[in-house]
Amino acid sequence: MASTKAARIGEDVWKTRVDKVNAELVTLTYGTIVAQLCADFDADYAEVNRQLDKMGYNIGVRLIEDFLAKSGTAACANFRETAEMIAKVGFKMFLNITPPITNWSGDNKQFSLIFDENPLADFVELPDDGRAQDELWFSNILCGVIRGALEMVQLQVEAHFVSDVLRGNDTTEMRISLIRIIDDEMPPDDE
Amino acid sequence: MRREWEGEKLPRVVFTLLIVSKAGGLIYNREFHAGLSKQDTNELLIIAGTFHGVHAISQKLCPVPPAQPPPSNIPTMPVRPSGIEVMESANFRLQCFQTVTGTKFLLFTEPQQPNIDGIMRRIYELYCDFAMKNPFYTVEMPIRCEKFDRGLDGFVKATR
Repeated sequence: MASTKAARIGEDVWKTRVDKVNAELVTLTYGTIVAQLCADFDADYAEVNRQLDKMGYNIGVRLIEDFLAKSGTAACANFRETAEMIAKVGFKMFLNITPPITNWSGDNKQFSLIFDENPLADFVELPDDGRAQDELWFSNILCGVIRGALEMVQLQVEAHFVSDVLRGNDTTEMRISLIRIIDDEMPPDDE
Repeated sequence: MRREWEGEKLPRVVFTLLIVSKAGGLIYNREFHAGLSKQDTNELLIIAGTFHGVHAISQKLCPVPPAQPPPSNIPTMPVRPSGIEVMESANFRLQCFQTVTGTKFLLFTEPQQPNIDGIMRRIYELYCDFAMKNPFYTVEMPIRCEKFDRGLDGFVKATR
């Protein structure tokens, strides 16, 4: 139920409320950023991953407001609904993709998003230096965006890629784990 | 008692917008039409802070605690009571819109002002566009963005 509702909201927002830009502009801009980071940090890919995540986080804490304003959605009731919203409304709105949600953990605190298409990586081949294939997560900015955005709506999560077609894997998979629901209520004795 | 004039168009005016951060600080204020008595910055800060506090209390009061959904092993978000949404006097109406992230938009209007929800939503979008998407604006800090001022003026004055 929640799934079709989210899909409908996503379609609707995408069609009526979002300004579109040329996809290649996005791909090229993002590619330039990653390449520049690799140059700046002397191909220290762990550091590049960290920087991308940080940039994404800063985007996420702002982007969440745009997401809420444009989609007009209220707070989610539970974490499964949150996953639907991310995949079918959030990604639809900003990247026009709807990555399928899979691999829910038994406690419903972890799930994966599978990126069958990834506009950020359209023309990309990782550097052939024998390390990038094992160390660089090219689209790592997305992890940061999700972490930042969810933190603003009282959800502390951890997000990372576990596979990437750019590295020769069969799929591009991001794993998202709920760490805790941030309770912003004052402690009772805090007077 | 609401003022009414026979055959005369009721004045529909948006007076002032305040934006209150998560922490209860006033981060933006703008007067669109005169009508409320002038408040200096200090008084506005007090109004924002006081409202923030009263709003928090109203969320706690919530006559009947909201029903918690049946336990399941899906992590469930706490149900958050809305708190005060409207305060009305004979001379103005104060509408409070709190976003899911906790920022509050306080809009002072004429009591008869229609479509406040629509106005609020558009103001939220303008805030996203001109404050949140401005890379040099620091989140949670006072908003000093001319484009935001202009966008708001253009929109609010057109709604009359």
